[in-house]
Amino acid sequence: MAEIIRVEDLTYIYNQGMPDETVALDHVSFGVQQGDFVGIIGSTGSGKSTLITHFNGINRPTSGKIYIGGEDMWADPKQIRKFRFQVGLVFQYPEYQLFEETCYADIAFGPKNMGLSPEEVDRRVKFAAGFVGISEEILKKSPFELSGGQKRRVAIAGVMAMEPKILVLDEPAAGLDPEGREMILQQVKEYHRRTGTTVLLVSHSMEDIANYADKVLVMDNARVAMYAETAKIFAEAPHLLELGLSVPQVTKIFIRLREMGLDIPQDVYTVPYAVKTILAARKNAEKGVL
Amino acid sequence: MLRDITIGQHFPGNSLVHRFDPRLKILLTILYIVLLFAAANPLGLALSIAWLAVLYKMAKIPVRMIVKSLKPIVPIILFTCVLNLFFVTGQGEPLVQVWVLRIYAEGVRYAILMAVRVITLIAGTSLLTYTTSPIVLTDAIERLLAPFNKIHMPVHELAMMMTIALRFIPTLVEETDKIMNAQKARGAMLDSGTLKERMHAMIPILIPLFISAFRRADELAMAMECRCYHGGEGRTRLKVLKYTKQDAISCMVCMAVFAAIFATRFFVPGL
Repeated sequence: MAEIIRVEDLTYIYNQGMPDETVALDHVSFGVQQGDFVGIIGSTGSGKSTLITHFNGINRPTSGKIYIGGEDMWADPKQIRKFRFQVGLVFQYPEYQLFEETCYADIAFGPKNMGLSPEEVDRRVKFAAGFVGISEEILKKSPFELSGGQKRRVAIAGVMAMEPKILVLDEPAAGLDPEGREMILQQVKEYHRRTGTTVLLVSHSMEDIANYADKVLVMDNARVAMYAETAKIFAEAPHLLELGLSVPQVTKIFIRLREMGLDIPQDVYTVPYAVKTILAARKNAEKGVL
Repeated sequence: MLRDITIGQHFPGNSLVHRFDPRLKILLTILYIVLLFAAANPLGLALSIAWLAVLYKMAKIPVRMIVKSLKPIVPIILFTCVLNLFFVTGQGEPLVQVWVLRIYAEGVRYAILMAVRVITLIAGTSLLTYTTSPIVLTDAIERLLAPFNKIHMPVHELAMMMTIALRFIPTLVEETDKIMNAQKARGAMLDSGTLKERMHAMIPILIPLFISAFRRADELAMAMECRCYHGGEGRTRLKVLKYTKQDAISCMVCMAVFAAIFATRFFVPGL
């Protein structure tokens, strides 16, 4: 499959030339394949958020290049809006950007800016609202009457309705209860599966990354520390711990078990896989007894 | 783009100028402004500039910062220059005469001196805000205004309001930045279009900004009440401003320089 994002030698410096100058991204290079679901992890201040705001041209690289669908983003700065429609960016706590009188109008804000016909806008609003479980009833309400979780889903629908080729989400589940978290991430995964959209998900929760991402990009100190399939990343638990990150709970248990001398695989990071491994191990043990 | 706002911009450091008692710093700044007008002769101005340069050097503030703080007042400087240039009349023949406009040698001199004086004034007061954090500054203002408590001026409340307002400027700037980015990401066009279109484009930014400002105000009031805030009466401070020996020496040096500058008034003819 084709590479949809290509980042080459990207460097970004905040407040260049000031005493508080900080290098937020330091010669970062990587590529994302079309249709991938990539999790981005890294400790606070490692450059995750700065990185993702580059994908739709909110930040302009200090040096280096970004290609979206093979095109250089900053070849013509006047055309940057074209890329904003290709890359949908959901910021942290997106519910704070709601402003319209009704949820419907708020979700329609993005598609309308794209200059689509009213029928197409209507179709997209309903399609996106359906994905995040916002009923027709709620669409008519003011966004300020809704609960936190509902607001969040309306805000995410506002970006989904633009039907971007790439959907980037910064901590979409932060501050929600477990049920709300699960719901939003499930909906994102479902959206990814059904539309084939490339998804980049920033999260601090290793469980979420383990459950949803196919690949993981680990940021550390403004650089890419690791970038590989999820299983490979979580197999390197000691390295992750060194970077101030963690591994899923279930992986921790398996690391302990390995330390105790059991012969089990290193890359267990989801509960279903753990169950399978334990059952296989038990079968082996029984065979040994027989 | 919002990052460029320079209201009360503090340039952190640990120089003698930074550590100087903020109350004395405010008083000396006021005195400096008076001095710029009292010693209105070329030598006095030259000495004032030289002294300011020394202080800037000590505080390690780059020249770029001075240029930045001067940018917004360039139109005012130009305006005063032009006014002085054409309206100051002098003895003798005018240098240039076009139609009814006459430019005299005095006018040119006056215009230049005026421009230099305004620039020095801005640079001088900027040094105060560059080397003093806004919180310390309001604290010092509160202390300086304390005598007005006697005539029932709500000094503490005013200072608290100023502190909160200053404290929230960066927060709200950051918030605005975030909201702007979020709406830009949804294709909002903020920096192009006709005036009407641009005003319309402000709505998606202003509404969330107001909502968040109210939310923050609520939270802050709650937090203050939780800590039993009830106004200034009987409130003690964590950091009490104290005059030190170093402050006294710095103040005396500064006063001596000011006196010398003031003295030029009697030796060099003014304007």
